[in-house]
Amino acid sequence: MYVYDAFDQTLVAERVAEFRDQVARRLSGELTEDEFKPLRLMNGVYLQLHAYMLRLAIPYGTLSSEQLRMLAYVARKYDRGYGHFTTRQNIQYHWIKLAELPDAMADFASVGMHGMQTSGNCVRNLTTDQWAGVAPDEIEDPRVWAELIRQHVTLHPEFSFMPRKFKIAVGTSQHDRAALRIHDLALQLVRNDNGETGFEVMVGGGLGRTPFLAKTIKPFLAKRDVLSYVEAILRTYNQFGRRDNIYKARIKILVHELGPEAFAKEVDAEWQIIKDGELALDDALVDEIAGRFSYPAYQQLDDSPPQLAEARRAARGFDAWLGNSVANHKVPGYAIVTLSLKPEGGTPGDATADQMDAIADLADRYSFGEIRVGHEQNLVLPHVEQRDLPELWRALAGIGVATPNVNLVSDIISCPGLDYCSLANARSIPIAQEIARRFHNLDLQRQLGRLHVNISGCINACGHHHVGHIGILGVEKNGEEFYQITLGGKADEGATLGTLIGPAVPYAQVADVVEDIAAAYLELRQRPEELFIDTVKRTGVEPFRERVYATR
Amino acid sequence: MQLVENGKLVEDRYVHVDDDAPLPDRLPVIVSAKRFLAEADALVSRDGSLGVSWPNDRRVNELKPWLGHLALIALNFPKFRDGRAYSQARQLRETLGFRGTLRATGDILRDQFGFLVRAGFDSFAVKKTADAPAFAASVARFSVVYQPSADGRLSALRRRSQSAGAKTPETV
Repeated sequence: MYVYDAFDQTLVAERVAEFRDQVARRLSGELTEDEFKPLRLMNGVYLQLHAYMLRLAIPYGTLSSEQLRMLAYVARKYDRGYGHFTTRQNIQYHWIKLAELPDAMADFASVGMHGMQTSGNCVRNLTTDQWAGVAPDEIEDPRVWAELIRQHVTLHPEFSFMPRKFKIAVGTSQHDRAALRIHDLALQLVRNDNGETGFEVMVGGGLGRTPFLAKTIKPFLAKRDVLSYVEAILRTYNQFGRRDNIYKARIKILVHELGPEAFAKEVDAEWQIIKDGELALDDALVDEIAGRFSYPAYQQLDDSPPQLAEARRAARGFDAWLGNSVANHKVPGYAIVTLSLKPEGGTPGDATADQMDAIADLADRYSFGEIRVGHEQNLVLPHVEQRDLPELWRALAGIGVATPNVNLVSDIISCPGLDYCSLANARSIPIAQEIARRFHNLDLQRQLGRLHVNISGCINACGHHHVGHIGILGVEKNGEEFYQITLGGKADEGATLGTLIGPAVPYAQVADVVEDIAAAYLELRQRPEELFIDTVKRTGVEPFRERVYATR
Repeated sequence: MQLVENGKLVEDRYVHVDDDAPLPDRLPVIVSAKRFLAEADALVSRDGSLGVSWPNDRRVNELKPWLGHLALIALNFPKFRDGRAYSQARQLRETLGFRGTLRATGDILRDQFGFLVRAGFDSFAVKKTADAPAFAASVARFSVVYQPSADGRLSALRRRSQSAGAKTPETV
């Protein structure tokens, strides 16, 4: 956990005061909606179909139990008793009243939270591996670097009005759990031949109507240079990114049009000027930030305590959950537990205030008071003693967040879609719910193995459909909802954009199509261990296309 | 044109001269980038303060040979959300060392004052004169900044390392 100091706390309090003033000017009519728009956006406030929506930053997906309780409190007091966790490790509230927003912001600020940098054309909330600090395979804790960059870009006087939004992710292990290559800028911690750690710098990734994967422009950047290099990238983008067309304004288009080499040259020229200035980091500065992260006082424990084997024999449900939702921790005797926010019939990523309160209590009891939000829209308890797992499982099952479907076909990533969003062309949530219903048999889900279904309700791709093993994109045709299906996308270290399999299908047929694809996979795979994504890679989409369109 | 300078509403003392109009004697003038680049030698040797209105899609590096002769550079914000001139301002101040007046023109509202001042501007052609009285409060809004910029304020990171081991700042 990063613990706010007086500087951080002062800044968020001052921000609330500024926003309160802006809302008052809007309510009195002193500001027009047009003038108010960029100001509210800078605080994460969108105007949606039914009401204002508040998007709150959860920097790099780390929450304390106290913060999670505040999320629950706000959901109850100002909203309708729930919140929606997003693919950027944030939370959204969809029903807050404008006049009450400053009070909600003040409540959040009291626990060091805010909506800054969650919308508008600035550097958005940074994301990273939700297992940061606990994954056995990480090089080092990426959150220290994410926090350094978060602070540097917060209310940045030069980069608050860029051509378009700018998303940064920091990765730390060979296995990419942060979807690095779909970011405007990705910094991957790497070790060079001399054993020093630094960053591989990738730019120009992004989805939307012109999807690109980020390209490496610097294979190894020394840590001392990370802020100056990021500054040089942002300055280059701010000046030369396109502003004539909102769909061509992301950095991916600039990188594509200039070419990665020419872009890197521009950045380097700027970087040479500033790299040895005030932004150069020394160990003391980094230690200052690193020192504000608190780490649990782990006990000396052994892996696989006897209670686990007993509990597995005693309860089949526990056994299934353990196999599915629990991962190895870097400290012996501990485990990383994923809480599925994808129950059958639910909305992917939604949690009620009661669930949030209960999870906060469980985090205090079993996970050193810490919770993570993953970009797959699930929550994580990152430091659970293995011997506590049976008890924790019962408690999680009791509040409906122990469905053992993590990484399976019903663990769907979905945007809010036309049920909430003013940009959407089609509904996403009911599609996700229907697919989950069709595959409600967990044995069938397990038989299908790892299978990521991603749904976006419009081309803006908030549901990351391009990188879903099965990607579903809602489009509108003559006033009706249709869905394009792509296969073979992935967001991990082997990031790939999915391939369209054919004409869009109507709303009522989407779940049928997914069932057809699943059935085709079971027939096509060479052996049960061949994952869906590997079968698609081997065969291409053709056999799936045939299966889906043969009868349509 | 009404300007905010040093927190007060003032009249513009510069004359904005069209590209084909004759230059008034001795009066401070602002000319377009096009005219400036075409007549730079004559303009800088003229008696009277010289300003140039520089578009936000040209590199400010082009001004480098003339910076010592320029009393004012006006940078433009055609829309509130078009922030290119923030980069130009910082480059002029921090990289090129320009010490004259940096004027922000275009779609300028009080809510940008803080950013503009931090980026190095010191003259503001406001859209609404009612925003002038809010200037002082707007630029003082944040007592903490997280990054170095053209205003020379210390970032929280540097303040922390300076006070490391010693006192912590006052809490709120």
